[in-house]
Amino acid sequence: MTVALDLAPTSEAEVSEILADCHARRTPLRIAGGGTRIENPFLAETLSLSRLSGVVTYSPGEMTLIARPGTPLPEVRQMLAAEGQALAFEPPDLRGVLGGNGTPTLGGVVAANASGPRRLLTGACRDHLLGVRFVDGRGRVLKNGGRVMKNVTGLDLSKLLAGSHGTLAVLTEVVLKTLPLSPARTTLVFPGVTETTALRIFTAALSTPFEVSGAAHVGGTAYLRVEGLEGQLAYRRDRLLALLADWQPQVMEGAPWDAIRDVAHFAGGGPLWRILCKPTDAPSLCQGLRAMGGDCSLDWGGGLIWYRGPGNPRGLAPHATLVRRDGATGPAFPPLTGAVARLHDGLRRTFDPAGILNPGLMDA
Amino acid sequence: MSIAMPAPDPRVLAQASQIVAALRAVLPPDAVIDDPRETCAYECDALTAYRCPPLAVVLPRSTEEVAAVMRVCGDMGVPVVPRGAGTSLAGGALPTADCVILGTMRLCQVLEVDTDNRFIRVQTGVTNLSVSAELEPHGFFYAPDPSSQLACTIAGNIAMNSGGAHCLKYGVTTNNLLGATVVLTTGEVVELGGPEMGPMGLDLLGILCGSEGQLGVVTEAVLRILPRPEGARPVLIGFDSAETAGECVARIIRSGVLPVAIEYMDEPCLRAVEAFAKAGYPDCPAVLIVEVEGSRAEIDDQIARIRAIADALHPVEFRESRNADEALAIWKGRKSAFGAMGRLGDYICLDGTVPVGQLPHTLRRIGELSRQHGLEVANVFHAGDGNMHPLILFDANKPGDLARAEAFGADILRLCVAVGGCLTGEHGVGVEKRDLMGDQYAPGDLAIQMQVKDVFDPQWLLNPAKVFPLEASAAHRARAAE
Repeated sequence: MTVALDLAPTSEAEVSEILADCHARRTPLRIAGGGTRIENPFLAETLSLSRLSGVVTYSPGEMTLIARPGTPLPEVRQMLAAEGQALAFEPPDLRGVLGGNGTPTLGGVVAANASGPRRLLTGACRDHLLGVRFVDGRGRVLKNGGRVMKNVTGLDLSKLLAGSHGTLAVLTEVVLKTLPLSPARTTLVFPGVTETTALRIFTAALSTPFEVSGAAHVGGTAYLRVEGLEGQLAYRRDRLLALLADWQPQVMEGAPWDAIRDVAHFAGGGPLWRILCKPTDAPSLCQGLRAMGGDCSLDWGGGLIWYRGPGNPRGLAPHATLVRRDGATGPAFPPLTGAVARLHDGLRRTFDPAGILNPGLMDA
Repeated sequence: MSIAMPAPDPRVLAQASQIVAALRAVLPPDAVIDDPRETCAYECDALTAYRCPPLAVVLPRSTEEVAAVMRVCGDMGVPVVPRGAGTSLAGGALPTADCVILGTMRLCQVLEVDTDNRFIRVQTGVTNLSVSAELEPHGFFYAPDPSSQLACTIAGNIAMNSGGAHCLKYGVTTNNLLGATVVLTTGEVVELGGPEMGPMGLDLLGILCGSEGQLGVVTEAVLRILPRPEGARPVLIGFDSAETAGECVARIIRSGVLPVAIEYMDEPCLRAVEAFAKAGYPDCPAVLIVEVEGSRAEIDDQIARIRAIADALHPVEFRESRNADEALAIWKGRKSAFGAMGRLGDYICLDGTVPVGQLPHTLRRIGELSRQHGLEVANVFHAGDGNMHPLILFDANKPGDLARAEAFGADILRLCVAVGGCLTGEHGVGVEKRDLMGDQYAPGDLAIQMQVKDVFDPQWLLNPAKVFPLEASAAHRARAAE
């Protein structure tokens, strides 16, 4: 391989040229946005999308945002907030956890399908992705989806690219649905409860129509977030307080939802795993994980466990991704087998026949 | 008949009796139908202008039986057309003479209701409405609610990524589908997703949903369920122009109130509805029905906000419902709109989506096109998400009228694409919009979609001649036939 030189294209056409060239030379590339996501341990040149940046169109009345992949997430947040809107899936900022010093980008968020606490209520990043432009591993400039809320025209490749971690294509433009930000929010806090109790609280709260938009358990405290229009909020809060009175909830303004979203409690060192499970399985899984010698927190009403500690949690919970390696060995993503593995390989070869895009990142 | 279908494969037709025998060998006797008097019941779906009896029909009861069918058809090179309830308006389940129809209606068991983890697991032949009925005693519901929900199946909903009136708030099928048991053309069974909130590896469930039976057959599904809202109430707002109604939609959305539904009806539709259902709608060019949810106080608050927005635009009428009967009266006309239009003659129902800001312009252009083509059109649709349903009226008994209606429809769909929208918001491409795909996608954009199909269905046996223009797919099909 030649001496690594960072490639930082400023246009889609340049991305296409670079990929066509790398395809011909079979030169693998590490695809990076702000450099804040899962690290690719394999040596390769870096294709940085940081200079392919900027909002193309933001239409609050149509609830759509069209932007280039390198657009910094904080810039997007600010622009939307000025119109009382947000990316409802609450994309996390994991640079504290991953020790990166870059700024998270919109393309990185989509490539990782990164979704925060409100995923519970409003769905993941992929549910808000209306369309994409992208360059495949041959250098072909392609598009899928569009900029409207409802679209079933052809195969939904946008969903496939969301969460593909740059292993299928390089995103050059993303179209996301924006939603009105609830003007008011509050949090019910339950200090000193186990995961088992937290799950009982979550199950009760999430069976109500009060649109709980966050249900997390961190450091022995359970949190329930409620949002809404002003009048709505007081009503929802009071109904939940009454329903959950046995567990003695306290009302907290300014609860640390950004910190929960960014997994700030597990910043620093040690291998960090992201585990998806059936919510009611979470308490027993946490018990097993702690027995391995680490520590856990819950988000998404128990559907997401963060585990920091030694060992490989896949023996307990197969759906585990190694987000911060810090000495841990083995594949970052859960290994696949059988027909599903064959479909993955086939798709990978279709989008990137020379295997130049983040090779090895999602492989077993 | 302007939509071409490929000629049936003579090798398959010549083997018809062996194919039926092979299917009989792996299925119970009553699960294979090849008597032409019975197969003709499957010759079309709700796009009734196009018909073709299949070679045979199979009605399996389990994933294992579906897998057995797929192995037989894969080995013998027989095309398979999956079919839910046959309610597709786009010809998504139109047979070919050399195909086996795989009907899902006997896959009708509810397998698991788990309110603690907020999902229901069903066989996919269950109807959309029966899923919510099953959940009602638990205080939950399943959100996607296509108009055909009484008849249409979850299998069809997944294939077409169906929406409905309430998806402005709750999303469409893909946003409410957690997992699927899928039979591939090899007969292999794979589980994609599940009760967990995310895929293992690539989001294969994401491309499967809405793939119109091109990639695999879904036999079981895990669906996300939601607690029932405390209440819901509609308001009706009449305007003296389409532009003002469109502006009202945009302002409501910007205000932060997120209604569960914003429905639009134009004058021709209102006239037909009034004659049919006598819903007592105001006599004006445009009516919106806006529905909000919550407790009584929450609903009052949201309606007050909507009234303030509407008042600034000087509506002809703002009608609130004070009780359940008045709420039903407001919905009565909208819900009977398709029936009312049916009384006026034959119609084609289109499904293009446009950016909400383009609604007034699009409606104006549709009016101009209507005069050009000399055919009447009525508009009734989901305005909050820009999903239009123009209904083009024609007379099927008048020679050439269907072709004129189809040409008019194609012009409307091209218009939708030109203003930044798409050909279909919730009905799917099927055969109906297949030949317009080139208007929305460049050749490369279609090619990559077809290459994805190559991966899942290398023999190109699943749901032939749908979604992709025949010319564009010719090379893929030829390679597959080798």
